[in-house]
Amino acid sequence: MDWEAVIGLEIHIQLATKTKIFSGAATAYGAAPNTQACAIDLGMPGVLPVLNEQAVRMAVKLGLALDATIAPHSVFARKNYFYPDLPKGYQISQYELPVVTDGELNIELDGSVSKRIRIIRAHLEEDAGKSLHEGFEQVTAIDLNRAGTPLIEVVSAPDMRSAKEAVAYMKKLHSLVRYLEISDGNMQEGSFRCDANISVRSLGESRLGTRTEVKNVNSFRFVERAINYEIQRQIELLEDGGEVVQETRLFDTGRNETRPMRTKEEANDYRYFPDPDLLPLEIEPALIEGVRKTLPELPDAKRARFMLNYGLDAYDSTVLTASRALADYFEAVTAQCDDAKLAGNWVMGELSGALNKAGLDITEAPVSSEMLGVLLQRIKDNTLSGKIAKEVFEAMWNGEGGADTVIEQRGLKQLTDCSALEAIIEEVIAANPNQAQQYRAGKEKLLGFFVGQVMKATKGQAHPQLVNELLQKKLGA
Amino acid sequence: MHKKTIAQLAAGLRSGEFSSIELTRACLERIRRLDSKLNAFITVSEEQALAAAQAADSIRATGRGGALTGIPIAHKDIFCTRGVKTSCGSRMLDNFIAPYDAYVVERLKAAGAVMVGKTNMDEFAMGSSNETSFFGPVHNPWAGTAVPGGSSGGSAAAVAARLVPAATGTDTGGSIRQPAALCGISGLKPTYGRVSRYGMIAFASSLDQGGPMARTVEDLAWLIEAMAGFDPRDSTCVERPVPRYAAGIDAPLTGLTVGLPKEYFGAGLSPAVGDLIQAAVGVVQRLGAQIKEISLPNSQLAVPVYYVIAPAEASSNLSRYDGVRYGYRCSEPRDLDDLYERTRGEGFGAEVKRRIMVGTYVLSAGYYDAYYLKAQQVRRMIRDDFIRAFEEVDVIMGPTAPTAAFDLGEKTSDPVQMYLSDIYTIAVNLAGLPALSIPAGFAEGRPVGLQLIGDFFAEERLLNVGHRYQQETDWHARIPRGYE
Repeated sequence: MDWEAVIGLEIHIQLATKTKIFSGAATAYGAAPNTQACAIDLGMPGVLPVLNEQAVRMAVKLGLALDATIAPHSVFARKNYFYPDLPKGYQISQYELPVVTDGELNIELDGSVSKRIRIIRAHLEEDAGKSLHEGFEQVTAIDLNRAGTPLIEVVSAPDMRSAKEAVAYMKKLHSLVRYLEISDGNMQEGSFRCDANISVRSLGESRLGTRTEVKNVNSFRFVERAINYEIQRQIELLEDGGEVVQETRLFDTGRNETRPMRTKEEANDYRYFPDPDLLPLEIEPALIEGVRKTLPELPDAKRARFMLNYGLDAYDSTVLTASRALADYFEAVTAQCDDAKLAGNWVMGELSGALNKAGLDITEAPVSSEMLGVLLQRIKDNTLSGKIAKEVFEAMWNGEGGADTVIEQRGLKQLTDCSALEAIIEEVIAANPNQAQQYRAGKEKLLGFFVGQVMKATKGQAHPQLVNELLQKKLGA
Repeated sequence: MHKKTIAQLAAGLRSGEFSSIELTRACLERIRRLDSKLNAFITVSEEQALAAAQAADSIRATGRGGALTGIPIAHKDIFCTRGVKTSCGSRMLDNFIAPYDAYVVERLKAAGAVMVGKTNMDEFAMGSSNETSFFGPVHNPWAGTAVPGGSSGGSAAAVAARLVPAATGTDTGGSIRQPAALCGISGLKPTYGRVSRYGMIAFASSLDQGGPMARTVEDLAWLIEAMAGFDPRDSTCVERPVPRYAAGIDAPLTGLTVGLPKEYFGAGLSPAVGDLIQAAVGVVQRLGAQIKEISLPNSQLAVPVYYVIAPAEASSNLSRYDGVRYGYRCSEPRDLDDLYERTRGEGFGAEVKRRIMVGTYVLSAGYYDAYYLKAQQVRRMIRDDFIRAFEEVDVIMGPTAPTAAFDLGEKTSDPVQMYLSDIYTIAVNLAGLPALSIPAGFAEGRPVGLQLIGDFFAEERLLNVGHRYQQETDWHARIPRGYE
């Protein structure tokens, strides 16, 4: 039988506000335990939550970018359960009336095929603290720095059909929140966390199969692996005549498999009810319009513009618009060298390669967009061959200065002086009479040999096309 | 000195007749001598009180200071006080010292009032007799065998016994008004949102409201003026100018229309109380008010609705007491579940546990719609009853409680009987309205309270009517025997 996987994702995104969603405590990552938890975050008696307006603006921004409905009236509710890192014994979240509903996100598959993924809702909520088990004996330590950090949870429709689509969706949303500057998207620090709902059904079946939820998979790679494992597990189970149990599972990254969580944690009845400490969130049209004005050009629009204005293909446009910083970098280089294709190749090639190798982000590149632009100008005006340009790039990367400085200091200027080149060519021909004979007798592939010899004699600085032309002339004579 | 009202004490302080230190010492001395009969105080903060009195005297010495500068007060032990234990009447918080002051505490401190201690109360404000306190019951100064009412029973008894001229209270379903009535003092429950709830330990957040308790309405006016105001730390607090309440209390009552809800004078009301309320209505009528019978048709639904909504909110509000970060923790927990179960099992009393269970039940999947949601719908109907009534009348009058103070132990075995003692006060909280309780006479030697309910933010009107009534009567000036 042929099987079809059905996948929906719930992604928790930490919002990049300076302070917590309901208190004035700082949200910075990595502070000493419990130094960024005020009385409100600690759930002390008598203290009350006050909503952070910045978090609301960020939610509206995301809603607009997802082409979603911004609810004029949404409600914060309490999700009640006991856990030591949940100080109040309830999490303030949005339940029946979330701030964002009915959005969509287009994902690109294989470069040019695009698919629309529906977003059911996105709601604001507070994060819990952390329970620490390692390094303690007999006790669990609690760090409440993260308690009250604002999150927006984005819930997709079950519109994805493969792990690859799920990853494409996740990457697209990740890119979007960074474009919008509403989250740093740092997955190691937990700023972007994914729960995947997965089921399978026989191809052509319209009803959904029983789903499982795989919790807290925090890298693109692990999401892909976890989903693929889970799809395979469910298919095998069904093919063996078994049944999928609706449950929450955890992905074990060491063993590459999902395992059921203790069932006890699922028996919770969260007893949601509207939080009486917070008034309903009323969002005025003026606020929405104000936020709309701060929206940057979004990835899809940018991608379309890159294809139209720069003549780039769909794939290159997708890669170059993956982050706002990368796109900005590319555009600056293009403006400098006036050759989008060349700029695109270098940004996606040499630059991205070097960044990956060094583990750096585009914003940390030692070669600025201006420096790269000048380098490409030197290719365009024939000062450098593409090959020598790579050497110059490496020198710039290592801090030897701008392209012109490196060219000057290393004496890398390309030979374009015809008379000087002719002299060298004549020497090379004279030094290789046999090969010249054979070439003239019709063994034309020996031209490459002569080009190589000339390049060797000029330490690669000769303009290759010019060398070609001159050689053909001299050898043919 | 202890018989004087705030207004009289302020005059004495201003003229230099006595100092705040002398006044505060006198209060502390009376507490020391008399509170063993009452058990009104959980904590007496002598040292802090004397320091605050000293500070108030130096302010007075420079000719500055307001109506409350140097006036001793007590805070219900539900208000967080920095550096002084805040127990909320519970074993759970018997060791809790807040690192912050509640808004109300902050404001009264800023106005120069001198806190002498923290008063006893029903545990987490859940009770109508002050019998659920971990620190033992409070006795009514008018009859040692009677309850003082609750949950602000300690505050009411302390003010009635002239241990302090004033105290703070909180009112979720009648917890200021009912003990004020049962102890023969004056108490104001302000409009929901008038006084910030910051630092006031939550029982039922959508109903809780702090307010003043004193011997006269004029004193209430001075106190509420200091306590009210906008506080950005409480999202349910309303940004609205604070009137000069004391300035308006003498206005004539001519043109005033008073509504008497027929539902408040039916079965369940003790005839003696009914007669006293009718007499009080007569006084207001002689002062120029028009009397009109009105109907609040959903009145009988207030108690059942309240006992769904308040426990629901409480069950969630009290989840934070888990033994993890502060407060009571059971000894040597075996594991996490044991920690939760024994900490909460041992830390909370029976009534609190009863309400947590009821609240948990009504919020549970499958019951939420039938109980909580339905209760919220009825709550709106009750509110609408009042809104319609205030299209016709300015103030609604009736009894505060159906009877005078009952005896200790009389209703402890029957929670529903206990709950019914708040039958006339609860609807006001559900609607979010302001209401006042003032002394209106005695039934078999025990005080009876007259309740005045106003429209949203109409505290000025209530204080005006209450003050004019007190100019014509002396019920509020009577002193219980043994406390003269």
